[in-house]
Amino acid sequence: MKFINYLEKVSGVEIMGLVSLLIFVVFFSVMLTMVFRTKKKELQEISRIPLDN
Amino acid sequence: MQVEKFYYDNKIVKAFGLATILFGIVGMLAGLWVAIQIYYPESSLNLAATTFGRLRPLHTNAIIFAFVGNASFAGIYYSLQRLCKARMFSDKLSWIHFWGWQLIIAAAAITLLMGKTTGKEYAELEWPIDIAITLVWVIFGINMFGTIIKRRERHLYVAIWFYIATWVTVAMLHIVNSIEIPVSALKSYSWYAGVQDALVQWWYGHNAVAFFLTTPVLGLMYYFLPKAANRPVYSYRLSIIHFWALIFIYIWAGPHHLLYTALPDWAQSLGVVFSVMLIAPSWGGMLNGLFTLRGAWDKVREDPVLKFMVVAITCYGMSTFEGPMLSLKNVNAISHFSDWTIAHVHIGGLGWNGFLAFAILYYMIPKMWGTNLYSKKLATNHFWLGTIGIILYAVPLYWAGFEQSLMWKQFTPEGQIKYDFLQTVTNIKPMYIARSVGGSLYLIGALMMVYNIYKTIVSGKFIANEAAEAAPLVKEAHPKKEYWHRVIERKPVTMLVLSLILVAIGGLVQMIPTFLVKSNVPTIASVKPYTPLELQGRDIYVREGCYTCHSQMIRPFRDEVARYGEYSKAGEFVYDHPFQWGSKRTGPDLAREGHDKNKRPDSWHYTHMYDPRLTSPGSLMPRYIWLLDNKIDTASTPAKIRAMKTLGVPYPDGYDKIANRDLMHQADSIASNLKKDKIETASNVEVIALIAYLQRLGRDIQGEAKKPIAENK
Repeated sequence: MKFINYLEKVSGVEIMGLVSLLIFVVFFSVMLTMVFRTKKKELQEISRIPLDN
Repeated sequence: MQVEKFYYDNKIVKAFGLATILFGIVGMLAGLWVAIQIYYPESSLNLAATTFGRLRPLHTNAIIFAFVGNASFAGIYYSLQRLCKARMFSDKLSWIHFWGWQLIIAAAAITLLMGKTTGKEYAELEWPIDIAITLVWVIFGINMFGTIIKRRERHLYVAIWFYIATWVTVAMLHIVNSIEIPVSALKSYSWYAGVQDALVQWWYGHNAVAFFLTTPVLGLMYYFLPKAANRPVYSYRLSIIHFWALIFIYIWAGPHHLLYTALPDWAQSLGVVFSVMLIAPSWGGMLNGLFTLRGAWDKVREDPVLKFMVVAITCYGMSTFEGPMLSLKNVNAISHFSDWTIAHVHIGGLGWNGFLAFAILYYMIPKMWGTNLYSKKLATNHFWLGTIGIILYAVPLYWAGFEQSLMWKQFTPEGQIKYDFLQTVTNIKPMYIARSVGGSLYLIGALMMVYNIYKTIVSGKFIANEAAEAAPLVKEAHPKKEYWHRVIERKPVTMLVLSLILVAIGGLVQMIPTFLVKSNVPTIASVKPYTPLELQGRDIYVREGCYTCHSQMIRPFRDEVARYGEYSKAGEFVYDHPFQWGSKRTGPDLAREGHDKNKRPDSWHYTHMYDPRLTSPGSLMPRYIWLLDNKIDTASTPAKIRAMKTLGVPYPDGYDKIANRDLMHQADSIASNLKKDKIETASNVEVIALIAYLQRLGRDIQGEAKKPIAENK
């Protein structure tokens, strides 16, 4: 039931930092590309949803 | 195409709205009461139930879960139906959600005042209530997703994304942080211990702010602000970036609550970096809100709803600027454990959450009763009173925080600590008084709203089912090729899964190494489990909410080491279920209270609990008279020992059966110590157990403090 001391070391933990950075960069790149490729007209249409009811 | 006629359910919105008002007032009253207790301890009435340590969790829980929670639900039920052009999925589920939540609130109020608490801030509720929260949350989720699925609007407006992220993340946070082992019907121990418990708790605590007090309220902002201003949000593109960046970054920032503590350094640094980054999405959201009003500022002059929203959004901006600043280690060294933190959260609580809740109530209630607000003038007065109240609340506390923290750090030219802890507290008493005046103004403003809303309601006629029309959503036979984000954005379940993955990453990266890698929590051979009496004493310490005023975490600063002793090590807390590091020092740190350097006689503690002002003139601590008479609950000892053993605390096999014998033996020796100092008391009273616990604190590594402490890496 106790969590600690199962492992002396997570094998290959060094890669964690690199993977985290990669996830971060990839995530933002994908998000920003996707946002800026969306057409303005469509965004305007969606942004009016609250006003239509 | 044939349009369909349907009805929005306003009744459920009304119920949540009225609950918001009721619990808002209750929560604020509790807040005012504890604010007065800080400078006038007699106002605790010397009753266990109304003493600071129990009333403060009631205040925080009432404001977070009852006031802001109900306000968010009211706003979500109102806006979700209209954004989806559909009635809620199931009226029955709506009402189970409503009554379930109110029952949880009632149970919370009763149990917290009874001292039934897990001792983890903002997660104080005991295990049966935790289970009830989970069930009600699932009901809410089914109802929300059911509504989204049967919607008549193709696109999911950004507000709904915020609601989805709220639901999934709160579920994750609540479940992970509430894993505990029941000892009795209303008592449990956290599964995690010490450093790990602290990491999980502040991952939860920080993200409760993010996903219970921020994301749902941002969703409400994105719906109600365009509605009230009658114009679309400034930049929808920015709102998408705001959403994804906010939920991705927020979840990493929890460790900034644990800077300079025994948490491993790398985890602290990760928390700092992500906290600083948070400023970008937060300010993106704030600017998006304020820019929505471009060219409409004349409306702000007229409309109290917009007035409240402008200050709410400004306060959101202020507290999300301040948050990253407080996460910088050099600023945190001054702010942490001081009243600065309290000021910071109240800019968020009173300004952002409170004012946005008032704004949506002022908006929805006249609409649902088909009338106009009874008095705009009264609402404007409420606005000004509230705004002045916030300033009067926060400014004195900023001052108090700075001043006290700097006093803690002063040394005389001879190298001695310049001020006693008590001097630094009594010095800021005037600021505490000013704060309660600010809080009172805010409360008076809220009472004006109650009157205004009552008059509005009686002047209108409630529209329980509001008619609406929309064309049904049909599947496009040949969907034109579109960018894949538009596809995700239309699919609520995909949104849910993506949000979950995103918020899980941050938690996992921080937790897995802290839990699994041995070198992150070095053990110290001399640290031993608590004796049965100390364990009972510790439970009393948790029950009375001592952690709301006392920390048990000495940071590695010159002044703290000089004042309290050797700085705290991760290995010292391995048997602490739950951890009791605390977050605020209204009283001094107690991590080394029993250490020879600080040790006081048992009789001092006894007298101090009876009346703190007898031993420490001018002290602001309440009296704990009942501890002198209440009997120790020895019947619970075996179950407690067994639970601790299950959690990995190395008591010998079969120790649960003989634990009470050791307990009485230790209690008798404390009682005879007291007798030597002319204090006659039975040995089976609670104060004896508490003394045993306090005298134990910080003793484990005492003999080793001279040489560097060997941590087994």
